[in-house]
Order: sequence, then C-alpha cells, then structure tokens
Amino acid sequence: MHCINLESQYGVPTVSMQTESFVDVVRQTAYSRGMPRQRFAFVPQPVMGKSPAELRAYVDGLDPITGRPVMEEVIEGLTAPLSAEDLQQVRFDRSTPRLVEPDTEENLRSLFWDRRWTDGLPIVLPTEERVAEMLAHTSHAPDEVVGRMRPTGPREAWEYTVEKVAVNAVMAGARPEYFPVILALAASQVSARGSTTSSAAAMAVVNGPIRHEIGMNWGIGAMGPYNQANATIGRAYGLLSQNLQGGSVPGQTYVGSQGNNYAYNSITFAENEERSPWEPFHVTHGFEPGESVVSIFGGCRTTEYSLGLRARFWREHVQYMLRGMDPHAGPTLILDPITARQFVDRGGLDTKEKLLRWIYEMATLPAAHYWDYQLIQNYVYPRALKGVEPYATMLKAADDELIPMFRPDEVHVVVVGGETNGYWRIMGCNYAKSVSIDAWR
Amino acid sequence: MAETTRASKITVLNPMGYPPQIAPTGMAPRLDTLVGKTVYLVDCRFDDSDLLLQQMQAWFAAHMPGVNTVFVSKSGVYTEEDPALFQEIKEKGDAAIVGVGH
Repeated sequence: MHCINLESQYGVPTVSMQTESFVDVVRQTAYSRGMPRQRFAFVPQPVMGKSPAELRAYVDGLDPITGRPVMEEVIEGLTAPLSAEDLQQVRFDRSTPRLVEPDTEENLRSLFWDRRWTDGLPIVLPTEERVAEMLAHTSHAPDEVVGRMRPTGPREAWEYTVEKVAVNAVMAGARPEYFPVILALAASQVSARGSTTSSAAAMAVVNGPIRHEIGMNWGIGAMGPYNQANATIGRAYGLLSQNLQGGSVPGQTYVGSQGNNYAYNSITFAENEERSPWEPFHVTHGFEPGESVVSIFGGCRTTEYSLGLRARFWREHVQYMLRGMDPHAGPTLILDPITARQFVDRGGLDTKEKLLRWIYEMATLPAAHYWDYQLIQNYVYPRALKGVEPYATMLKAADDELIPMFRPDEVHVVVVGGETNGYWRIMGCNYAKSVSIDAWR
Repeated sequence: MAETTRASKITVLNPMGYPPQIAPTGMAPRLDTLVGKTVYLVDCRFDDSDLLLQQMQAWFAAHMPGVNTVFVSKSGVYTEEDPALFQEIKEKGDAAIVGVGH
C-alpha cells in the first residue's frame, strides 16, 4: 500500500519487502490496486522475534520465492528499467454474473465449494424461488445497494445489493423471517471474515422485540448449536462476508494463521434482557428499548472464564482474568444472569456505568509490561509517539507504575444464559457498531 | 424418479458481490545505479521490521558503501499514511525500500 503510493504519487522507485507467507496476498493486492508489476523481495517468515544475526542471514540469503539472492532482487527492483509490460496502462474490468451456469444439484454443490463460496458445511442452493421468498421479508428493493465490504484495509471494497445478501442468507439455511437481521448485519459493512493473521472472529448480539418474533435464544445454550435463528443468522453473516467482500481464501484473501472456530457462526445470540439487572446493550448505545438492533463486535480471540464471584477474593479473581488478556482487545463481559446479579450484590455495581468503570479501573499492568506487548508495539506505541492521548501520557509512566490496559469505551457487558449456573466469560473483542434491524424490515 | 430429479439441471444465483473496476497506477522510472544515490529504508512498524531493515542498512555499508542509506520509521501505525515522510523521500531521496509487509 505504502509502496504503491510512493511509486504512483511521489514518483519514487520502491521495493516492498515481504515475508514468504504473503506472496499470494501481496501480488493480488498489487493487481487490485492497479500495479500488477509492483516490485517485491521476500525473506523467510517470521521476522518477529529473530535476532540481529538471524535477520542478517535473511538479508545475506536467498529470496525463498525466487531462489535468487535477496539483495539482488532489491537492487534489480530499483534499477532494472521498466519493461513494455510494466508501462502498459491496462484497465481491468471485472463483473459478477447474476446466475451460475445451470447444472445438477450435485455438480453445483461441488462448484460452490470449489470456488470457495461456502464454509465447508453443506449449503442450501440459492434457487430463484428460494431467494424470492427471502426477498419477500423486506420492503427494500432487490437491487438496492446495501453497502461495501473488504477483507482488510489495503484490499478493494466490493459492493452488494439486497438480492446478493438474500442469496447468502438462503445458502446459510436461514428462514425468510430472519432476513431483516441478516440485512442489518450486511449493512454494518463490518466483515465477519476479516483477513488478519490473528484469526479474529466476529460476534453479533441481538436486542429488542425481534428476539421474540423469530424465536432467538438468550437462555440455556444460547451461544451453542441449539437454536435455528442464532445458528443460521450467524452463519449467514459469515457467508455474506466472505462472498460479498470478494472472498476469504486462505493465503489469498485470508491470512489467519490458526483460524478460528468462532467464525462458523460469528458468536451470534440474543441478549437476556428480561433477566439482566442493567439496561439492554442497545439502549446503552442510543436506541430505544422497543427497537430491534444487532450489535457487532470484531477481533474475537481471547476467552477467559470463571464460575460466579466468591465473597472473599472476587475482586482479585476478576483482576487476574483481565490481566490474562492481551491489552489490544478490550474486555466484553458475557455474564449469566446469576453472575450479573452477583456483581450487583458483591460490589454494589447496580448500574452498567458503575460496572464498566470498575472493570476499567481493575484492568491495570506495570507500564513496562504493557508497552512490551507486541500488539501494543504495533498499534499503540506509534500513536503514543505521535502524541495521541491518553497513550502519550501513559508512555511517560515509570516502568513499575500501574497503567490502564484498556480505554473506558473499550469495556462492555452483555447478559446471556439460562441460569443453570453462574459461569461467565470475558471475550477479548472490539465493539464495532449497532445497526437498526427495523430499518431493514 | 428421485434419480431423474438429481440429474436435472437447476439454475441458482451467484453469491459473490460486485468488484470495483481496477484503474492502472503508474510505476516510477528506475535508477541507472544506486551508487551515489540516497535510498530510504522505511520501517513500517510491523513485527520487528525495523531490525530487518537495519541489517539491510548494514549490508549496504559493507557491500555498497557508495550508496547513501537513510533508515527511518514511519509515523503512526503501519496502516496509516505518512505524507510528510513520503514528501521528504521525494525531495531528498532517490529510492525506497519499505518493509516488512504493507
């Protein structure tokens, strides 16, 4: 991204250093950015954590992609004259046909998998009749543009319509009455198939009357495979993300090193508003209690858990859980109603504001430990150097001074569960946005 | 009957979104030689990329001492633009090596 800008906007010949794991990703990005002949040189993966001597060996060694010396690639990339092919100003027009070539069900199922249009599980084939039935459950026209989505910042955004969302909803096995929720998820323009080496997944929480209307689950097993609406709405969110953004193919449009099982249905459930001691999540974020809303979180990776809050050391136990998280993704407490009430009873945290403030204040680390996290080095330290607050002030703390791990607006709570026990979790994730479902009815 | 149904062809919709058109972006002219030129080694601040580029700077010093190298870390996180630095490279430099990734 930076190299293409340096070349095209500043006229500076540039070589982009990459690690071997990203060869397909960077070549595809160069293509989609209109510079298919961008110059690269590759070194082995990883760079992170290697000693100076090991990195010097990378520089002295061979490019693992081409087999030629790395520095020969670098020097040639800056000095070899541009060829006629380099100078060719080619415009690439791409389009997506509305229909797939007719075929048998068996062949179409194979084709959908071969083209990486599924999540590996069986799908419902999106016939025109099934898609029309889905479309009948929204007042919006099939050709209305819903939004644009991309797997990661440097990639180009793809556009999609109401009909395209319906196609993916059918594939996921969603019932037509779920469609407004799925459209709201699509309208968020937040991908559930983000391409990040961290293998982050999404989480979707539904509030309001629609929970009752379509029979969602917020009680026993709400976060598990025990409810058709929870299961298929979440699956639809994943499928629409991967297909409407232009793909989620390992090594090309997906680089999550380990992958993430949460991605199968994007942790989709309804909040147990009726048994929560606090206001519903969507009300905290500016909606009326009677509105139906879906709230989206990204970056789901870390899960901490415990059982209830013991009288003697509950504060310390919560603090240990918080300190076990990577400080790059804020804590969202996912509380069974039993534990939610324990936070009220033990700590007097009878408003959500009090609870979130208490969590924020408990989540601290010695400054030296905080700044040494790799993700803090990647994402927060550069901002501190630029003077962005509160990070710039935090950077002045002594090594052993306790500083906050998170910002107050990064701490959230959702109540869910059927009160068979007081198990609760903390999900490390980032709240993205809340979207009206009613707007897509 | 069931066999006939399985064998008959059906029409389904394509689930992919609509890609944007790709507009070509021009590459910069290359240099005749790096000797006597200034090459910026730009650390994009991702996963110890500074350490790799510092080793590359050492390689230039050992093998191509006639190349003037400038090591610099871009400001902000790796995804952010740094127009002030890019303008500096345009004005004071001749070429750039950016790493790692992005």
